Amino acid sequence: MAELLAKSPCDGLLPVTHGSVTLSEMDMTHLTSVAPYKGRDADVSDTLKQAHGMAFPAPNRATGKEGARAVWFGRGQAMLIGPFPDAALSADAAVSDQSDAWALVRLEGADCENVLARLVPVDLRQSVFKRGHTVRTQLQHMTVSITRTGDNAFLIMTFRSMAKTLVHDLETAMQGVAARGTG
Amino acid sequence: MRVAGKGLVDCSKPLRFLFDGTSYQGFEGDTLASALLANDVKMVARSFKYHRPRGIVGAGSEEAGALVTVGSGAHQDPNVRATVQEIYEGLSAQSQNRWPSLGFDILSVNDLAAPFLGAGFYYKTFMWPKAFWEKLYEPVIRRSAGIGALSGLSNADRYEKAFAFCDLLVIGSGPSGLMAALTAARAGADVILCEEDSVFGGRLNGESLEIAETSGQDWGTAAIAELSSMDNVRLMSRTSVTGAYDQGTYGALERVSHHMTQAQGKPLETFWRIVAKRAILAAGAIERPVAFRNNDRPGIMTAAAVRTYLHRYGVAPGKAVTVFANNDDAHRTAKDLVAAGVHVAGVIDTRTDAPDGQGYPVYKGAEVCDSAGRRALESVSFRYADGRVDKLQTDCLAMSGGWNPTVHLTCHMNGRPKWDGSIQSFVPTEGMVAGLEAVGACNGAFSTHAALLQGNAAALTALGDLGLKTIAQDVPDAEDAPYRLKPLWAVKGKGRAWLDFQNDVTVKDVKMAAQENFRSVEHMKRYTTQGMAPDQGKNSNVAALAVLADATGRGIPETGTTTFRPPFVPVSIASLGAGAQGKGFAPERFTTSHTASVERGAPMIEAGLWYRPSYFPATGEKTWRESCDREVGYVRNAVGVCDVSTLGKIDIQGPDAGAFLDFVYTNMFSTLKVGRTRYGLMLREDGTVMDDGTTARLGESHYVMTTTTAAAGPVMRHLEYVKQCLRPDLDVNLVSVTEQWAQFAVAGPKSRDLLNGLLDTKIDNENWPFMACGTVSALGVEGRLFRISFSGEHAYEVAVPARYGDSLFRTLTSRAEAMGGGAYGMEALNVLRIEKGFITHSEIHGRTNAFDIGMERMVSQKKDCIGKTMSERPGLTDPEREQLVGVKPIGPVKQLTAGSFLFKSEDSAVRENAQGYMTSVGFSPEFGTFIGLGFLSNGRARHGEQMLMVDHLRDVVARVEICDPVFFDPEGGRVRG
Amino acid sequence: MRITCPLCGERDRREFYYVGDAVALNRPDPDAGDVVWDDYVHNRDNPAGVTRDLWYHESGCASWIVVTRNTITHEVLETALASDVKEATS
Repeated sequence: MAELLAKSPCDGLLPVTHGSVTLSEMDMTHLTSVAPYKGRDADVSDTLKQAHGMAFPAPNRATGKEGARAVWFGRGQAMLIGPFPDAALSADAAVSDQSDAWALVRLEGADCENVLARLVPVDLRQSVFKRGHTVRTQLQHMTVSITRTGDNAFLIMTFRSMAKTLVHDLETAMQGVAARGTG
Repeated sequence: MRVAGKGLVDCSKPLRFLFDGTSYQGFEGDTLASALLANDVKMVARSFKYHRPRGIVGAGSEEAGALVTVGSGAHQDPNVRATVQEIYEGLSAQSQNRWPSLGFDILSVNDLAAPFLGAGFYYKTFMWPKAFWEKLYEPVIRRSAGIGALSGLSNADRYEKAFAFCDLLVIGSGPSGLMAALTAARAGADVILCEEDSVFGGRLNGESLEIAETSGQDWGTAAIAELSSMDNVRLMSRTSVTGAYDQGTYGALERVSHHMTQAQGKPLETFWRIVAKRAILAAGAIERPVAFRNNDRPGIMTAAAVRTYLHRYGVAPGKAVTVFANNDDAHRTAKDLVAAGVHVAGVIDTRTDAPDGQGYPVYKGAEVCDSAGRRALESVSFRYADGRVDKLQTDCLAMSGGWNPTVHLTCHMNGRPKWDGSIQSFVPTEGMVAGLEAVGACNGAFSTHAALLQGNAAALTALGDLGLKTIAQDVPDAEDAPYRLKPLWAVKGKGRAWLDFQNDVTVKDVKMAAQENFRSVEHMKRYTTQGMAPDQGKNSNVAALAVLADATGRGIPETGTTTFRPPFVPVSIASLGAGAQGKGFAPERFTTSHTASVERGAPMIEAGLWYRPSYFPATGEKTWRESCDREVGYVRNAVGVCDVSTLGKIDIQGPDAGAFLDFVYTNMFSTLKVGRTRYGLMLREDGTVMDDGTTARLGESHYVMTTTTAAAGPVMRHLEYVKQCLRPDLDVNLVSVTEQWAQFAVAGPKSRDLLNGLLDTKIDNENWPFMACGTVSALGVEGRLFRISFSGEHAYEVAVPARYGDSLFRTLTSRAEAMGGGAYGMEALNVLRIEKGFITHSEIHGRTNAFDIGMERMVSQKKDCIGKTMSERPGLTDPEREQLVGVKPIGPVKQLTAGSFLFKSEDSAVRENAQGYMTSVGFSPEFGTFIGLGFLSNGRARHGEQMLMVDHLRDVVARVEICDPVFFDPEGGRVRG
Repeated sequence: MRITCPLCGERDRREFYYVGDAVALNRPDPDAGDVVWDDYVHNRDNPAGVTRDLWYHESGCASWIVVTRNTITHEVLETALASDVKEATS
């Protein structure tokens, strides 16, 4: 029985809505970085499929679905989001608990692409960046992971310590886009 | 004055605005320039140097004359081009560079002194005495010259930056740009069309031309309607493409709310970075003025600008307009004015074969040689080839020396345009910007039909490059008149003939530059300041270099152009730095204990991007030193708690993790037992110390490394470098877990007692000795415990998942307080480590190696590691090198300061006698005095020596004794207690 | 400026950290001698033309990348993962 109280990274900051776009914090869940050892990619992918129902993602892609997702997280690394990691993964991959290391927010609404276009130097338009696509990039000055989870929804992850700046920067862009109206 | 039935302004929407405090009326769709001309306001500014009256010269973003200030206070915006500023209800604009008023300007006496104020005047005149330049001459000159002024207040407006991507960027929406966009968009390409005007259409809005048997304006409107209905097209008006950069990147400035009374949350401007696979430049051309005596008088403007005011705004800039031309194109101005019922006094054409007039006289083979009028134009004089001079009463002169293609963007990557003698203009050199093709007037194709053809052809080429299927387009019929021109740059004669209206540069100035051997165009520019005003010479560069070419006896192509650089139009720094104002400059990183620390009144200090508590003030404490001394006492006598989560933590896992660490650290880690922690030293390849920290072995193939706060990023980068670039053979993976853990130092004789109060399984000296580490459960939460110390005391670091950080910090501090201890901050942490001689980046500052800090024995001889070979160079182990020492005061002055220098007692305190320097200083409550760390030449052999510490900046001189850097508990017994 | 990361694709230069000549990949043996080590650590060519640099995709995927580019035209001629380049040469 834990006597310590848990706080989410964006505690007290979210949700906020401006115009058509809402920014909200995702519920805290298990986050596990999984980095296969040399030549073990297929084994890790098999374990992920059997235990969690998704393959190890290719670069710039996410596999799985809401609640159990594997997001490509950089060179030779994926972030398992949702399930408690199967112990067998450790045999073939470096496995690190990251459940508290990242702030997870959801940006949703008709203008969400326009909001991110104010902050992210990557083409995130749906014609190019489809559902299940992911990038490691910058949002203003922060390193982030951005995954399209819906036609008008993105999952954005940044370091926990930067949650306040993340919310500030996104909210500033949301306000600017909302003031303009769509477009 | 307004011309009934003409223009695109909305006469049903009148707007009131102020210029220099006087209220005027304009209409929606007017620019400040068109609205002022409609109100017969001709003089709108004073010039840069001579304070001569200035009027509106053009109708576009290149405006040379009409610079004004818009708004006031923090919203004041200087050097706004009146031709670009749209009016809105309540707009308030001021003229610039005049005092006390535009009509009566004291400094217009400069104009009388003009014979003395030519090019290079300041350099030649204000030479002696030398000291006067900075103190007297320059400040006075700066006050009297210059254009607009900044408010000096913090910018209160919102700015934004944004990114956009497309297959094809079309720059400009005149006939060539529209045709290119249509062709590409119809084929399905992803198109962005940027237009710097508030309406699309470019010259189509300023001319009465026919395309496809309809008016050019209607054709343009239909084209825009089609484009705006397509999902693959993004239309961006009020957006100037300002620069071409590498790999298809373009900068573009969007004026979002400059035309609005209330921005209502909108940014004033957005600076776009547009990445385009292909780009088509359809930027048009800029009509060039002709230099003649007094050609800067308000009322004298370009011929095309007069047409623009007529067709676009329904304004006639004069009641009796005269045209001065060397080409056929300018005759349109007379034709269009007459057709609109405006009186044309005549057309003066330098060519004897000029076309005949159609309801106005044409004076062939003549050139305008002077103008007259008080504040604004009243008459012009013109001269025939035989010397006969005639005069015309006129209040507006529409002049044209031909057209300069707007080649700028094609030259932004260090390209140079080429001279085309047939049109007497510079045109783009192909391929100067990869992926960019110029079409239409900016490519020297001046007829409407040629523009349409080139726009279509370039779009087809781009589609082919993009691998998109092309659809054959019918290019509509359109005006296709030949461009006939006889070059004329400057009319010969006495008096001042202006080239650069903004910077007050005359033909004579350029000639003087040539005479004084500033013959290179780049030298001429800098000597005369021609082309250095906000228009960057768009109106004057070609004419100026033609004059220079003539004066130096070279041709124009040999003389060449100056370098074209971005931005194409002025860009506010605020828009470039959008989002980075104030705290937007960098992200802020907060620890989980931040809120609790602030609640306790702790001043937070920056450590990289992190914020850490300096100290925790207690009731009654008057200085930070009192707090710091108390907090040091907690750790030495009871127990202190400090958030150390900011230190970098890197998970290192894999079969080769040990071998990897052996290679990046100087000492061995493959031999470290599971459940133990070891201090490690990391070098750069040149032998300099990079970082230090402890690394714990949590499992057979699992280590967790800690780095210093400041070096966390660089060390991660370095480790990835070693892994990927040097040792890809090793099977090891690295992942940062810094943010996963909230980690707290619990230090002091009572630290174990405190921890045992919350650990679910008790620890003792046997199962958790010094340097032990492992998994623990604290208050029901699984975490990690490391028995390590940065204070020399019996100490631990306890880590829990960050969600519990706030709660654990509050629990630890309140329990510590109950035991006679409490939270401590950075100041106390610093004192504690100085007392123990522990180094930080104050000591490993990028110039010290293992030998200097007394750790050369940590460089293992059993293996290779990064930096080992180079650290063995003789110069790096020379005993005369500066070595880490302790320093304590022994004289009456007890103050020590970091950054001060150490001198032998008998030496004078000058730089060449310096023997070493101080790096860290703190007040030790233990010793009741300041103590410090520093580096001293051969310092380890000089313990006990008395020296002088001199801080020349703070004026502190102290007698000191050199000692061992470990002041406190040199045997290290307490840490094992 | 845009650089094509072999993993992430074409990205803005701001995501990358520049280090220097890719000669850094060729770390000498510990006993290679002073001249070789001096060259490796300190001496770099500064070509007007084609150069091979190491860049780090710091705010992207954390790959080290060998970028072959032209310092005059700014053209990026080729990019490759540094680990692939290193493994191919050792």
